[in-house]
Amino acid sequence: MLKDVTFGQYYPVQSFVHRMDPRLKIVFLIAFIAAIFLAKNFYGLAACAFVFLLALAFSGVPVRKVLRSVKGILFILLFTTILNALFYNGETVYWSWWIIRITKEGLIFTAFLLVRLFLLVMCSSLLTYTTTPVALTDGIESLLTPLKWIRFPVHELALIMSIALRFIPILMDETERIMNAQKARGADFETGGLAKRVRAIVPILIPLLLSAFRCADELGDAMEARCYMGSKNRTKYKKLRFGWRDLIGFLLIAALVTGVVLMGIYLGAVI
Amino acid sequence: MRIKAEHLSYVYNASSPFATHALNDISLTIEEGEFFGILGHTGSGKSTFVQHLNGLLRVPSSLKKYKPKKLKKGETPPPPTVLQVGAFDLTDKKTDFRELRSRVGMVFQYPEYQLFAETVAQDVAFGLKNFSKEKLTDEAVEKAVRAALEVVGLSYDELKDTSPFDLSGGQKRRVAIAGVIVTRPDVLVLDEPAAGLDPLGKREIMQLLHRLHEEWCKTVVIVSHDMDEIAENCTRAAVFSEGTVKFVLPPSELFRHSEELIALGLDIPLTAKLCLALEKRGVTVDCDFTTEDFIRRTLALNA
Ligand SMILES: Nc1ncnc2c1ncn2[C@@H]1O[C@H](COP(=O)(O)OP(=O)(O)OP(=O)(O)O)[C@@H](O)[C@H]1O
Ligand SMILES: [Mg+2]
Repeated sequence: MLKDVTFGQYYPVQSFVHRMDPRLKIVFLIAFIAAIFLAKNFYGLAACAFVFLLALAFSGVPVRKVLRSVKGILFILLFTTILNALFYNGETVYWSWWIIRITKEGLIFTAFLLVRLFLLVMCSSLLTYTTTPVALTDGIESLLTPLKWIRFPVHELALIMSIALRFIPILMDETERIMNAQKARGADFETGGLAKRVRAIVPILIPLLLSAFRCADELGDAMEARCYMGSKNRTKYKKLRFGWRDLIGFLLIAALVTGVVLMGIYLGAVI
Repeated sequence: MRIKAEHLSYVYNASSPFATHALNDISLTIEEGEFFGILGHTGSGKSTFVQHLNGLLRVPSSLKKYKPKKLKKGETPPPPTVLQVGAFDLTDKKTDFRELRSRVGMVFQYPEYQLFAETVAQDVAFGLKNFSKEKLTDEAVEKAVRAALEVVGLSYDELKDTSPFDLSGGQKRRVAIAGVIVTRPDVLVLDEPAAGLDPLGKREIMQLLHRLHEEWCKTVVIVSHDMDEIAENCTRAAVFSEGTVKFVLPPSELFRHSEELIALGLDIPLTAKLCLALEKRGVTVDCDFTTEDFIRRTLALNA
């Protein structure tokens, strides 16, 4: 059951994409998402899809894994698709009944939306598949550095994030252990009505909360014992550096964004 | 109940980059009435093995029935996996695992972290109520809980309305053990029951386990890192190493293999160390490695 949570899980191989600088990967993701929404016709979207497939091919992550990340939002996808296909206010009506109108514009818009959402989710999950949580928070911290000028506690924020990320697998393990222990005492989490299942959670939740507090306590003590003082004058164990891979990535993304904008202007917009 | 495992393997996170072969084709039989020890370096698969005994981990169905079409010419099919506890066949999906779990009690490492109820009595009654087929009367519950608490050395009348979180560490562990044995299982499995206790606490827990073995559960299986514990208490012990079983012997014979055990990264009991040291000086003490026997025989040497 707990093993189904794949969104945001690192896939440990060495690849071109894995070795890129996390800061740039975040920037690239943002630029890529911008490109998806700047695309005004299917040529633009096709260019985005091409860049995504290229990144996927050089990431060493199995396609199956990336596709699985879409499963989580399948319901939202279905919902928006149906809503848009049935109720979009277009001109060329193919079929209508009561308040339902299936139009050419509606179908095009729906197809567009679907491709966009797919690319959005798969690309975001590609980032988390190829970047360790630690590298990700390092990247975010570094990108948010300008906010320090307005006294925003960037380092603390990054620390909270990385601690939270670090503790997710620990607490998952702990949950599994507690579930096993209670199962051994005959607890049943799988059958029964809603009320019964909710009640069945109590024997897991209470030990889990206690153990989370214990972890927090111990971590706090350990940090204090090592005189942790926050961001002032701290140096990094792993220094982030740009390399040739980042240059290639940069050129590709820059080309994509310009290309998409130009295509929108010269090849006509369908949306 | 007799426990029988043959050609048992287990892989965590199979078919992913994190795959760990925790058990590799192990075979092991534990007879009814034994006080069985399981030894092994950390990560050798001890916990993985014992979690099979009450069906928390299952034998993957792909291992049970080998698909003949996958077989190449000249290859023999691998022997089938067998896993039986008494009359329960754990390779069978249709086995009543609930019933099995009430017959095989499992005490995990640091069991005090699974306590959750408001009072000690409620916590101990949790398993009892889960397993009983019909609704139990309050008297029946009280009787069983009282007996379970008493056998682990706690007083029902004093503690029944206390919150389990207000107890001391050792008391919590006893309450947790009471919560497992309250259904009177035939087999009691404990994963490092004495971990994290002081020497006195350890001795008391081992005494408690002996009492349980005599009066309450026919078969006791303990996983332990503490060689002295194994030497003093167990009828037989299995040594696990990297997912395989290296030896299954009574402690008195097991610790004759002291050098091999040390090579496997294991410690040996104090008595075995002393025997080795004496042997180097040309004195052979032929004991069964319990402290009592060792002392008797060394004193006899002097006479
Ligand atoms: N839930 C799990 N998911 C993935 N791998 C696991 C899991 N539990 C154990 N393992 C791996 O399986 C192997 C055997 O683990 P196991 O817990 O059975 O060892 P052990 O002998 O009980 O060790 P210890 O003495 O430290 O308790 C280890 O390599 C461990 O990393
Ligand atoms: Mg273990």
